[in-house]
Amino acid sequence: MTVQELPGAAAYRPTPPPAWKPITDPAPLLPDPEPYRVLGTDAVADADPELLLRLHAELVRGRRYNAQATALTKQGRLAVYPSSTGQEACEVAAALVLEERDWLFPSYRDTLAAVARGLDPVEALTLLRGDRHTGYDPREHRIAPLCTPLATQLPHAVGLAHAARLKGDDVVALAMVGDGGTSEGDFHEALNFAAVWKAPVVFLVQNNGFAISVPLAKQTAAPSLAHKAVGYGMPGRLVDGNDAAAVHQVLGDAVARARRGEGPTLVEAVTYRMDAHTNADDATRYRVDSEVEAWKAHDPVRLLERELLERGLLDETGVERAKEAAERMAAALRDRMNADPELAPMDLFAHVYAEQTDQLRAQAAALRAELDAEQDHDEHGTEAGR
Amino acid sequence: MTTAAATAGGRTTKAKPATMAQALGRALRDSMAEDSTVHVLGEDVGTLGGVFRITDGLAKEFGDDRCTDTPLAEAGILGAAVGMAMYGLRPVVEMQFDAFAYPAFEQLMSHVAKMRNRTGGAMPLPITVRVPYGGGIGGVEHHSDSSEAYYMATPGLHVVTPATVEDAYGLLRASIASDDPVVFLEPKRLYWSKADWSPEAPAAVESIGRAVVRRSGRSATLITYGPSLPVCMEAAEAAVAEGWDLEVVDLRSLVPFDDETVAASVRRTGRAVVVHESPGFGGPGGEIAARITERCFHHLEAPVLRVAGFDIPYPPPMLERHHLPGVDRVLDAVARLQWEADS
Repeated sequence: MTVQELPGAAAYRPTPPPAWKPITDPAPLLPDPEPYRVLGTDAVADADPELLLRLHAELVRGRRYNAQATALTKQGRLAVYPSSTGQEACEVAAALVLEERDWLFPSYRDTLAAVARGLDPVEALTLLRGDRHTGYDPREHRIAPLCTPLATQLPHAVGLAHAARLKGDDVVALAMVGDGGTSEGDFHEALNFAAVWKAPVVFLVQNNGFAISVPLAKQTAAPSLAHKAVGYGMPGRLVDGNDAAAVHQVLGDAVARARRGEGPTLVEAVTYRMDAHTNADDATRYRVDSEVEAWKAHDPVRLLERELLERGLLDETGVERAKEAAERMAAALRDRMNADPELAPMDLFAHVYAEQTDQLRAQAAALRAELDAEQDHDEHGTEAGR
Repeated sequence: MTTAAATAGGRTTKAKPATMAQALGRALRDSMAEDSTVHVLGEDVGTLGGVFRITDGLAKEFGDDRCTDTPLAEAGILGAAVGMAMYGLRPVVEMQFDAFAYPAFEQLMSHVAKMRNRTGGAMPLPITVRVPYGGGIGGVEHHSDSSEAYYMATPGLHVVTPATVEDAYGLLRASIASDDPVVFLEPKRLYWSKADWSPEAPAAVESIGRAVVRRSGRSATLITYGPSLPVCMEAAEAAVAEGWDLEVVDLRSLVPFDDETVAASVRRTGRAVVVHESPGFGGPGGEIAARITERCFHHLEAPVLRVAGFDIPYPPPMLERHHLPGVDRVLDAVARLQWEADS
């Protein structure tokens, strides 16, 4: 029997695929055509002056923190430091929009966000000093370990938020990633899971222009990184990442939305990495000075400070006060980082498994013997020299 | 190897034939019933009950939130499980097939295996990753890998694999109860193997990491695990006619590795053959042979031999019988254990 001979063949007309229907209306998910701004716009009138002052103090402190950490690399006190200079508005706002019960999922560049959340900077920096992978108890601070493999912390944020929701807890997870990280498979999988599960997560992409040396144009052909949200069925928001008031508002809205049970949001904050990728990198190999100069004129600390001064919310004394507080923080950090960390070689075996295996017990005993022999040698060597 | 009857609370219950698949499903069910933090997630584990039906009925009994059909993305599944475990849940992840677990490797290597260590013990991850593995079921390409060498080379993971119906239950229960991440390798060609086993009174395994002697013998030791145990048991029976009395050790867990049981057996017999499906080069057998040599050198009458899969990508199903270690290859290896030295 041919198709033409099938019953009803004469009446047959092509129709749309029977099972197809649109899952989500894309229109409300689309980001604004331009990065959302508050400073220097009418929206600033609605901003809470107290919040703006708090943001300012934190930005000044954050800028000083970045400078101090970079200095510590030159003094050999940090193995490496990926600076967030120029990105302080994103770092600080991400910390301030969260309640204490919420979770922060930072990448390796986001120690400032952890510090702005209240973490002891020395604990935040152990990874980069090289004495401990994670210097704090993540559960105590609700800050996940600083994550180096790009975007791999994003599915963790989704799983944690999902678990909290299943338990009926009012907990939001905010996960931070860079523009380069959006090309990773884990970025895709995390956003897809979050949207399908309606998990209370906020994804903050700090688009700082470069993935080490590779510019965004070589990273994506998407209209913007915020547009990627639409493909997952979640709203994408585009914000000026150097406008602390705007970042705080957009992230705050996204957190509130997640808290209401309406699911995840992708926020792209357009910013710029003023320093090289790390102290070990040379940014002059891949970017021009004129670009850096243009961004200097759009500095997050200056933007907010100028606004506050113009509106009379801050005077020169206030600016000085903020600077002095930042200096005190930096001096304390420098002093504490100048002390050698206490190392415990036997701890290498302490936390591999809940219960040590026979093999690790034997290896630990071997290291113990080596350490004892070293100590013995040192002591006797000293005596022999006397 | 099988128990005809088991005792529960002084009462004897009749054991009936059950498959390994049923025992695994029962282990999941009992774990979920006992502990509300146990969550199962994976591809097709809900409505369908998994492609091997191991999770059959769990979504119905415990709801979609406890047994969840996820999007089709292994890194996302395991990554989400990490976050769930960070929040206090005890996720059991199903990877649909051995070779489909590879996209999740970064999560497994960089996070699952290391989280306890990198947080100084503050945040252990009690995650069980179930992986159907090995060949012998006529699976087309990418459905028959023996991937255990990758997992056992990663500190921080436990690697467990049952070879009997009873162990399938007991080891999976123990793995889910473990506060450490466990890669639980299920020999898929044994899914439908049967034994008399009583689900009403299943013997639980108290801890993972202990090998067991499945057959006592004096001539030589066959060291094996998972899908190759039945092969070794059959070989040991066939060897009787040749005058060899073979001991068979079932490792049950590759990590932790039970040096004690293995070395004690080889010291008794003086000869050893390691048998597994995984390719020999860089495979578990090399590590095991080295460990035996380090511990039993003066007891050995012959070099430790390996019978392993060839060092080739897994072959098309119509050719897999040439690849998989079978009874004849095991017996050939036993014959090469320098028996002339005895005479």
